[in-house]
Amino acid sequence: MAQFLRHPEAGTLFGLLVAYAAFAVLGGQNFVGAQGWSSWLNVAAEVGIIALPVGLLMIAGFLDISVGSVVPASSLTVALISNHYQLPIPVGIAGGLAVGLLIGFINGMLVTRTTVPSLIITIGTMFGTMGLALGLTVLIKGSTGVFLVADPLTKSILGEALGGMFRVGIFWWIGGIALFYYLLHVSPWGNGVFAMGGDAESARNAGISTKRLTVQLYMLSGVVSAFVGVIQIIANSNAQVAAGSSFIFNSIMCVAIGGVSLTGGAGSVIGIALGTTIFSVVTQGVFYSGLDTNLVSIVIGGMFLIAVLTNDSFRNFAQSFSSMAKK
Amino acid sequence: MTHPILALNHINKSFGPIDVLHDISLTVRAGEVLCLLGDNGAGKSTLIKILSGVHIPTSGTIEMDGAPVSFQSPRDASGRGIATVHQFGGTFPLMSIGRSFFVGAEPTKGWGPFKIFDRKKANEIAIKSIRDFGITRIDDGERLVGGLSGGERQSLAIARAVYFGARVLILDEPTAALGIKQAAHVLRIVNQAKKKGLAVVFITHQVTHAMAVGDHFAVLIRGSIAADFKKGDKTREEITDLMAGGSAMAELEAEIESDAHHAHVA
Repeated sequence: MAQFLRHPEAGTLFGLLVAYAAFAVLGGQNFVGAQGWSSWLNVAAEVGIIALPVGLLMIAGFLDISVGSVVPASSLTVALISNHYQLPIPVGIAGGLAVGLLIGFINGMLVTRTTVPSLIITIGTMFGTMGLALGLTVLIKGSTGVFLVADPLTKSILGEALGGMFRVGIFWWIGGIALFYYLLHVSPWGNGVFAMGGDAESARNAGISTKRLTVQLYMLSGVVSAFVGVIQIIANSNAQVAAGSSFIFNSIMCVAIGGVSLTGGAGSVIGIALGTTIFSVVTQGVFYSGLDTNLVSIVIGGMFLIAVLTNDSFRNFAQSFSSMAKK
Repeated sequence: MTHPILALNHINKSFGPIDVLHDISLTVRAGEVLCLLGDNGAGKSTLIKILSGVHIPTSGTIEMDGAPVSFQSPRDASGRGIATVHQFGGTFPLMSIGRSFFVGAEPTKGWGPFKIFDRKKANEIAIKSIRDFGITRIDDGERLVGGLSGGERQSLAIARAVYFGARVLILDEPTAALGIKQAAHVLRIVNQAKKKGLAVVFITHQVTHAMAVGDHFAVLIRGSIAADFKKGDKTREEITDLMAGGSAMAELEAEIESDAHHAHVA
């Protein structure tokens, strides 16, 4: 217990309980019932899946802004391949995921081959991807939106809503949490991520191939964002070029609220999942409480700042506590 | 006769038109501490980088155990048992002791692609290795490295190098950022590493620290070895004088003295 309280995640959990309690009172029966749960879980699932690799990148000391355009680029690719060109849906999905892998690879190569900050590089690839997706869609289809009606099997795996409320994306999110928990905290690979974020030079000296690891992380982020794009097109049956830009900041918010250090070197998958939960409880809670929806931005922005400011004090506390414990 | 573990023969290094090191010859033997003394800019860090495989010498040869070697990368050097510990220990403040100890060489259990980082084993080995160097305050491998003192971090880095089979330990200004007590602690650990039969290259500009542990000294001035002598051959004042270029120090003293004289007259 004392061990847990020393982590920034403790603050996130506390924040979540307070937020949930507040909106349970304000939002009433609807919010604490199945309808409320499904609405925040659906929001959490989409942004939460992307927040996982974005969080790993942040722990490793990098940002990825391009997720915001990979999501629609992937949706459009699936729709173009399977609707316009009439190829089977699995081929379309493979195409969508390949787009994500490719953009991730380009990000990774640019970040490791230059000294330009990853924020700047991924802003560039975001706009590049967005422009390319828009241009190609208009060129091929003559409009900025594409429709796709998926077959029942694909729909049940990726786009169904259980009981008309709980989308299957929620289970993909939970699965993603388990997978990323394994990658970061259990597998030896995760140790390299922490080391690179803590001190890239020392990590390299210790024999970690930091360039390869960076490219891997960006490709992971690309393919996972593309997967969310796939889920979106299957669930919503249409893809828009402009969709997805909200993921850029929302994913960073979730990760930071979840206690990941903005400068890298520390964080946890549980924290990222808690941060995502808090984010979606607040956005949906405000809606259910009948409050002015502008409040959402104010509350989220405030929480983000508090999280960023307290993350470091939690860590200082953790360090000084452990050195004072036995003297 | 036994060969020295590491020998540099007539090493030169230049970056373009700038000569940084001229004709450096040094030997490092097992169980011996070689202190490399020099002021800032004397070429100490370039020399370390040659020893650790970061730079390739422009001319000259490096021998290990009497056989010529060439290091193309830091990995080559570390593969041959040369470990470099930098000023801040090369450890990760926000990682646990066990995790940071095994960065790049994690112990695993499990099978196939489902390898699991063996946290318990990592913590046990890390703690035991540090305790072998006499740091008994640390008993929990889950503690964050950032919670350790500067000296303990250095010790952790040295213990790590020894555990991973280092034969030559290059310590780059390990005591520069430390207080007196912490520095003494690190010096004690250097002495223990030497007793374990490691060859230690100790880079510093603090003559007192060098004299406490050194067996052999080399003073580097503007890229050349200005003096190469054994323990007890020179006094502290002589070494300090050498490092500062001798005359420069004498001039400064004369200046201060004459200032004091003027002040007195006025």
